[in-house]
Amino acid sequence: MSRTLIKPATTAVLKTEATLFAREPASLFWIVAFPLVLACVMGVVPGFRDPDPDLGGMRVLDLYVPISVLLSMIMAAIMSMPPVVFGYRESGVLRRLRTTPVRPLVLLGAQVAMHAGAVAASTVLLLAVSRLLFDTPLPAAPGWYVLTYVLALLASFGLGAIVTAVAPNARIGMAIGMLVFFPSMFTAGVWFPVQGMGGMLQQIVELTPLGAASQALYQSMAGQVPEPQHLAVMLVWITITYGVASRTFRWE
Amino acid sequence: MTADTSDPAVLVEGLRKTYGSKVAVDEVSLAVERGEIFGILGPNGAGKTTTVESIAGLRTGDAGRIRVLGLDPWTEREALVQVLGVQLQESKLQPKITVREALELWTAFYDDPVPWADLAAQLGLAEHLDQRFGQLSGGQQQRLSIALALVGRPRVAILDELSTGLDPRARREVWQLVRDLREGGVTVVLVTHSMEEASELCDRIAIIDRGRVRALGTPEELVQSGGVATITSFEAASMDLEVLRGVAGVAAVRAEGDRVVVEGGEDVVLGVLTALAGHGIVPRKLRVIAGSLDVAYLDLTDETNDKVEAS
Repeated sequence: MSRTLIKPATTAVLKTEATLFAREPASLFWIVAFPLVLACVMGVVPGFRDPDPDLGGMRVLDLYVPISVLLSMIMAAIMSMPPVVFGYRESGVLRRLRTTPVRPLVLLGAQVAMHAGAVAASTVLLLAVSRLLFDTPLPAAPGWYVLTYVLALLASFGLGAIVTAVAPNARIGMAIGMLVFFPSMFTAGVWFPVQGMGGMLQQIVELTPLGAASQALYQSMAGQVPEPQHLAVMLVWITITYGVASRTFRWE
Repeated sequence: MTADTSDPAVLVEGLRKTYGSKVAVDEVSLAVERGEIFGILGPNGAGKTTTVESIAGLRTGDAGRIRVLGLDPWTEREALVQVLGVQLQESKLQPKITVREALELWTAFYDDPVPWADLAAQLGLAEHLDQRFGQLSGGQQQRLSIALALVGRPRVAILDELSTGLDPRARREVWQLVRDLREGGVTVVLVTHSMEEASELCDRIAIIDRGRVRALGTPEELVQSGGVATITSFEAASMDLEVLRGVAGVAAVRAEGDRVVVEGGEDVVLGVLTALAGHGIVPRKLRVIAGSLDVAYLDLTDETNDKVEAS
């Protein structure tokens, strides 16, 4: 089929899915507003606003900016997106689409695009608001920051893809989602920043996708070149999760 | 790409499909001529849906071969979806999509779509354009699903359980729409378990049961093949049913409450009346009705009746 035929259909799918996404205020709240709230709460805790010599003069508050960015990614990729895919699969939307010139993969792609867009909006808002209110630093190594950001986003959606691929139905899928969600929050540093963990725990956490992402994102925010190990860990997770998901995903 | 126009619109040869150890479809063969409404009739779990899903390219058979306008649905999907419209059984849309958005979206999928407003009007959806799919009644969802199957101006339309959830009036309207499709040269494959729908709409019917085609023909032929062109019934004071069993053309005699029911060929009533008169029996409240597809269907899909094989 010609390129010009596929394109308007893909655009139409994107447009429709964007409209539908805008009708999900709960998803938008958890992806866009909640991480901002987390960062602001950290900003009003008095001790978190003092420079910490253990953190090279950074404040705990500063650490929570990249952590909140990762929280937004986890919310989008593991909590918000899989239920949409379960719904599309179980109600036959994907199956129905297979009888049209549009591949159901286009629909999934549109969903990823919408969720990634919401995460990006959340990040911009987060960086701007925390900068204005609490004078947090902007990414000092923007190139590395963007690279790390993209890898972290891909790794998060990789986890979401695994959840949707292995779940036999929506109910079990939600449970698996929770099992992935809470460890991801922990390894991203939502409860306790990875940078302050130290020792064996930190070494283990750095091998998880969100732990590596947390370290790399923090380092590029602080103006350092992220350690290659962290980028490599994310790449390995991305390869494994998408590889497994694309082999096990069921369209119906 | 598209084969000779004298080829059948849909050709199924020796289709076999198993799920694990369960044989869903076993040696199904049929040919749907261009421009006809072809019914696939059968009990639940008979293999109807597996057959049409294989035609639609959603399932690949374990054996056999299918052609839709000369295209192989299992390998030539890109060309197939341009000429085939499918309304699937129990298939839903995104719960928050409106009727208008769904129609606009599907319009964007095709090169030469039907103006969707016309379809919406024909299917009684014009007043519901801004309603979300999740708020529609079952019948409205069904009508939207039919509209989406037709918006791409298909040459062949597969409609699975077309009138499920429709009230009698909406059902009549949808039937008219299907006849209009045929007038426009579209070939329609209709999956149904409604005898009424099959006899009202279909030019030819295949009865599928337990994974095989049990009979194939026009509704009239199927009625005849059951040997029950007419059903004669009457009330009579106590009588011996054996009196009627010997009458030429009688297929079955039974008592139903006060009435005696005789199933048989076209002119069997004359022989019945003669036999009754010969025994001095006076039939009261005599009624003769045309044999229906129901009777033929029940006969053909009877578990114990395996003598009827694929034609």
